[in-house]
Amino acid sequence: MTAQAASAALQLDGVGKSFRRETGETVLALDNISFSIGKGGLAALAGPDGAGKTTLLRLLAGLMKADGGTVSVLGIDAAKDPQAIQSRISYMPQQFGLYDDLTVQENLDLYANLHGVTADEKRSEYPRLMEMTGLDPFTARLAGQLSGGMKQKLGLACTLVRSPELLLLDEPTVGVDPLSRRELWEIIHKLIKEGMTVLISTSYLDEAAACQRVLVLNEGKKLAEGPPDEVSRLAQGRTFLAQPPDGTKPRDFQARLLDEPGIIDAVPESGQVRLVSQAAWSKPGTFAGVAVKAMPERFEDGFMILLEQTGGAARTHGQTHQPQEPAIGGTRGDVVVEVRDLCRRFGKFLAVDHVSFSVKRGEIFGLLGPNGAGKTTTFRMLCGLLPASEGTLKIAATDVRQHSASARQHLGYVAQKFSLYGQLTVGENLDFFARAYGLGGGKKRERIAWALDQFKLEPFVRLPSAQLPGGFKQRLAMAAALLHRPEILFLDEPTSGADPFARREFWQRITALAATGVTVIITTHFMPEAEYCDRAAILDSGKVLAQGTPAELRAHAAGASATIEDAFVAIVQEARGKQHEGAPAGAGA
Amino acid sequence: MTGWLAKLRRIRALTDKETRQILRDPSSVAIGIVFPIIMILLFGYGLSLDVTRVNVAVVDQDASADSAGLVGAFRLSTYFGVTMVPSLAQATTLVMNRKVDGALLIPSDFTRRLHAGGAELQILVNGTDSNQARIMQSYAQGPVASWSARAGGASAGPVTVVDRMWFNETNNSRYFIVPGLIVMVMTVIGAFLTAMVIAREWERGTLEALFVTPMLPGEFLISKTVPYFGLGTIGFVLCVLAARFLFHVPLRGSLLMLCLAAAVYLLVALGIGLLVSTLVKSQFLASQLVLTLTFLPAMMLSGFIYDLRSMPAVVQWITYALPARYAVSLMQTLYLAGDIGGVVWLNLGILAAMAAALLAATRLATRKQLS
Repeated sequence: MTAQAASAALQLDGVGKSFRRETGETVLALDNISFSIGKGGLAALAGPDGAGKTTLLRLLAGLMKADGGTVSVLGIDAAKDPQAIQSRISYMPQQFGLYDDLTVQENLDLYANLHGVTADEKRSEYPRLMEMTGLDPFTARLAGQLSGGMKQKLGLACTLVRSPELLLLDEPTVGVDPLSRRELWEIIHKLIKEGMTVLISTSYLDEAAACQRVLVLNEGKKLAEGPPDEVSRLAQGRTFLAQPPDGTKPRDFQARLLDEPGIIDAVPESGQVRLVSQAAWSKPGTFAGVAVKAMPERFEDGFMILLEQTGGAARTHGQTHQPQEPAIGGTRGDVVVEVRDLCRRFGKFLAVDHVSFSVKRGEIFGLLGPNGAGKTTTFRMLCGLLPASEGTLKIAATDVRQHSASARQHLGYVAQKFSLYGQLTVGENLDFFARAYGLGGGKKRERIAWALDQFKLEPFVRLPSAQLPGGFKQRLAMAAALLHRPEILFLDEPTSGADPFARREFWQRITALAATGVTVIITTHFMPEAEYCDRAAILDSGKVLAQGTPAELRAHAAGASATIEDAFVAIVQEARGKQHEGAPAGAGA
Repeated sequence: MTGWLAKLRRIRALTDKETRQILRDPSSVAIGIVFPIIMILLFGYGLSLDVTRVNVAVVDQDASADSAGLVGAFRLSTYFGVTMVPSLAQATTLVMNRKVDGALLIPSDFTRRLHAGGAELQILVNGTDSNQARIMQSYAQGPVASWSARAGGASAGPVTVVDRMWFNETNNSRYFIVPGLIVMVMTVIGAFLTAMVIAREWERGTLEALFVTPMLPGEFLISKTVPYFGLGTIGFVLCVLAARFLFHVPLRGSLLMLCLAAAVYLLVALGIGLLVSTLVKSQFLASQLVLTLTFLPAMMLSGFIYDLRSMPAVVQWITYALPARYAVSLMQTLYLAGDIGGVVWLNLGILAAMAAALLAATRLATRKQLS
């Protein structure tokens, strides 16, 4: 072993790992990866879903053996002596590894005792952990009754019951609200200052940008390794901000720009559109006929360029997303969804607490909030799948609470995780859904042909839908929901777990749909997506805390460059602060 | 801290965790305590294989003093209820319609042939319930024998037929059901509950976190075994108390042997549950598998209810692979016959070997690896 390997916190040399899917094909999860980080400091594993991040962390934790190459952690060969590694490092899996039926204290004690922490050490360590995580008032509470953010902090505390020489965190911030995400990062930065080595996997690119070193993975291959600045620098002189022409919505403008040759990426941002161009633009001022302003490059911009170079971006380009459907009837500006004082109780628990909003025809309306905020419950009531406890619910002037069946004809619903029949082929799924919506004969054939064409599903007609790649599952689910040409489309967390390309492509389709007059209501906990919405409501603990246009929401946060995420944090903090003032200490959360 | 001390502390921490989870989960308490009680009451009181009162239609075509004496013997028996009918056709109809359980035909030449030395009686039973039919057939021998003993007493000398059931003098089916019940209860607690516990940790991702600690696989398995062994012991005690005080089943063997046998079988059941749970990693699949692998065979093929010797040879061979078979035989022997050295040690030895093999296989299958 070289001296370098001995001093490195971890080192991978030519590591490969493949799995067999249930369908029999072999998937290369990691392909010849070499990577090392020194002791001390913070490193990130960044990449879209299915990049191999979790597999890499499991190899490091000695939970899997590599097919080839060597994995060395703290100078120990992970293939030869995983136990020696496991005794010295800490690892937090995606599901946090907590026992829901044990209390906060019992979870901590379990991990402390497994790690051989003595009673004296506990006495000195526990207060520090409690102060760091803010869990002190909840030690007697069952872990299963904690909010997502609290669980995540407890999961972290359990890995920190003794000081590990290396801390591995697998996507600790997925599905957690922005506020908890920030608090978690404060803890991580504190640990780094104390000299710990931390490796964190994330699909949030802003988080990767805040690390000292980053390994960018895509489909098992290494795209880049080094300080995040090196990745950002790829976008030097290629990042711009463009102002949409008067009367054009940022999202329509963005969708148009994304189809322009020479543009790698375009996202709506603070009412404008952020662009990344294919090549450095020598002549600042205008681009593709629009006025642009040069911007400092970001990690995400460089990341998109990296992925574009591997051919990942090719699939979003060269496709027209012009509305290919005749417009839906009805006047724009009519209120088509009206919700007033909607409540839903589960026993004593008020999951949805007097929610009110209305959506006009052709609008995109977003419901934003952390897991457990009541988004899905609200959705199910809107679709007539769950009876409301109180309140008014009207869809296309039909009272859903009275006539849910007739209201349902007006709407299409894409459930979380997409309700598809895995064993049926793509064609069979579409045929089934078409008939379920009462389509038959020529009409059915016409709509299925439209769906296959519009969603580029033609090559997969005969493939069982369980074997579709993730992004295509989402397309098929959307196609199925649109077969009967609904006026209103409900989408529940459709972009959860989608990579940046799938995300942008998805929004292009939604933008095109809205342009034909379809009303779209969508839930997400990925805050930047609110920029695509005409209006959005922020939900927390079943209550609407704020609603309005993205600009109105941003105004809740201080500073001109504030993002929706900043606004979300400000709004939720203010609301929770008020709640704490009115309630005795510890009664909140 | 020495290695052993650290090991014990980890086992203690894991066992405490497991115990807390059992106590907080109403379904484990239900399966561990409520279920045995229901089983005891259901099988103890509800399931009886004794035929107590068989209704027979009697056709007396002979109408002699001899035949009247025979009918009188049937009337006197506590096992029979007699209905006199004039014709065989009527008796057959009653049997078909299940108004009576069987028919007794005394042919017209009964007296004549009796004195010639070879009288015949015809007994008709409804064979749809073969068990009951067979029992009735054998019961009918009783009154016939007692009558012929009296009738032939003068001429051919008293022939006394003494019918004695060994080990179960009152021929009470509870005596052999209750010992089998102990096996059933322990099968459910041992195999069914533990089948869920490791699969649950796989499903919830907690095992992944536990693996990245100094914990060793053996320590993890001990922590899964100890609390469920405790829960199984509670079920065992409930059964033994019920056998003694509710059903008054005599225990001929020693209590110590009984406890030893129960403990060994409990380890077998735990081994099956843990092995299945470790291999399939899904709670639903594990519970289905354990149900078909342990509970149903223990019910049908262990000799708990159905006599193994009356099964087809192929099925009998299968039963040799079932731990419950040895356990039921062991429990019945200990309860009804006593500490019969050969039988007890043989069955105990086979069970101990099975327990060792299952637990060793589970240990080998539990590696700190995800794939």
